[in-house]
Amino acid sequence: MANKITVGHVHMSGCTGCLVSLADNYEGLFKILDDYADLVYALTLVDVRHVPEMDVALVEGSVCIQDENAVEEIKETRRKAKVVVALGGCASYGNITRFCRGGQWNQPQHESYLPIGDIIDVDVTLPGCPPGSQAIRNVCVMAYLLLQGSDEQKALAAAYLTPLMNLAKRGTEACGCDLMYDVINQGLCMGCGTCAASCPVRAITMVYGKPQIDRDMCIKCGACYAQCPRSFFNFDVINEFESITELIGAAMGQGGE
Amino acid sequence: MVLGNYKSAVAARSTDKGILSASQDGGIVTQLFAFALDEGIIDGAIVAGQGAEPWMPEPVVATTRAELFAARGTRYTISPNMALIKEATRSYGLDKVGIVGTPCQMQGLRKAQLYPIGMRDVPDKIALAIGIFCMENFPYQGLETMVEDHCTVKMESAVKMDIGKGKFSVYTERGGLSQIPLKLTHKYEQPGCHVCLDYVSNLADVSTGSVGTPDGWSTVFVRTKVGDSVWARAVDAGCFETKPIEDVKPGLELVTKLATDKITKNQKTVEARASFGVKADGSGKALRNPYL
Repeated sequence: MANKITVGHVHMSGCTGCLVSLADNYEGLFKILDDYADLVYALTLVDVRHVPEMDVALVEGSVCIQDENAVEEIKETRRKAKVVVALGGCASYGNITRFCRGGQWNQPQHESYLPIGDIIDVDVTLPGCPPGSQAIRNVCVMAYLLLQGSDEQKALAAAYLTPLMNLAKRGTEACGCDLMYDVINQGLCMGCGTCAASCPVRAITMVYGKPQIDRDMCIKCGACYAQCPRSFFNFDVINEFESITELIGAAMGQGGE
Repeated sequence: MVLGNYKSAVAARSTDKGILSASQDGGIVTQLFAFALDEGIIDGAIVAGQGAEPWMPEPVVATTRAELFAARGTRYTISPNMALIKEATRSYGLDKVGIVGTPCQMQGLRKAQLYPIGMRDVPDKIALAIGIFCMENFPYQGLETMVEDHCTVKMESAVKMDIGKGKFSVYTERGGLSQIPLKLTHKYEQPGCHVCLDYVSNLADVSTGSVGTPDGWSTVFVRTKVGDSVWARAVDAGCFETKPIEDVKPGLELVTKLATDKITKNQKTVEARASFGVKADGSGKALRNPYL
């Protein structure tokens, strides 16, 4: 297919779980690579050693600021990519690497890990540990539509991506506490339980209709707040869930009705 | 648009006397899930089961008719059904999940479907979402205060609670009925409900509630292709007795009125939040708007 976009996976300090989540789209990944995107950089999958020019950089992992190579590579990524996506909790918020204090074998001096947004400007934030496979798929399809789609598709893709762009502007800190600060304290929680379902470490239980956060368990991935229907809720997009689900299904080559 | 997009609206009730014996109104949710289970349209459904205290719901994954039946009827307090949406596909191993929920839970569900950030492999497994009409909900302690302090009924003695015709009613096992004006209950409402802009679960596949139809019946909106297909099959199979919504009183006029009332009132709350406090220059300082 003509006019494919170019996508790279940039690996900072992360566990490769976000890449695995992308790969867990199975045939959907092949469909994306066949029709929508050329994978121009991915240390695990593509034999390219230096960050090339690309439309979309999916960055996994946080940046160790004592690691010159990592710092240089994330800066290079910003210079070479039109759109930088913080893929997953580590790139977005630091996630589990927030708890690093150095001293680990075999680079004990590596003690400071920052979300990429503290080093470079980030366009789109997709939290979670890892972000759901279908969320990454949707962002890839929407990025394609934004860059190569018809005017109508561009508008839809922009509307879809806007809340994730707003998350990028919101900052580089996340915690289960966000549910208290920005939802319950703000008088917005209605006890639906979505946050509890989204937590990858089961740190959230619903007690008397409100989330109870085990803060020692929280890894700071940002999934709960981003998934909460009262963090962002864009009626213009979500009201069209049926047609958008069909659109993505069709883009993925699933028959549909 | 206060009623959302829908393909059809009807008055309906289950034809199953067993379901009706303990259902809130027309037994729509229980009947439709039971049919969907029998037909393999869903492998199980997340419903409000019985929790640890009287009238406290707890979300459960029902995979049998018996489990569905145990969850019949309305409890006017929070059942965080969305909390089980991922678990239903994991521990329970369901490929086709049914879920019933309030409008806000349907919003959480559809957001999870389009933005499955912490919802890996969930979106494609949502098979049937039934939404209920909802004006507001009460925290458990709020409901307890309404029932025990205002209605002077012990929670464990109540056999049915109902909101309708401007009253909150509690029926007891000895046949007693205690009612208070709905007005008295407003202060116990969950604050988060006051920014909700959906009354009739606009984002469900099928949504239902008592408003608009006579006692023992329910109003049903069929909204999506999935909802349309399941509803048509269930009606064909004789699961429901239906009447055109135009033929029943008070009909959609009342549903539209209540939806408009709710949305207008809550829209005002959202607007008031935009200038809740005061900035140094005297202009308003906003609370967070979830819809921006």
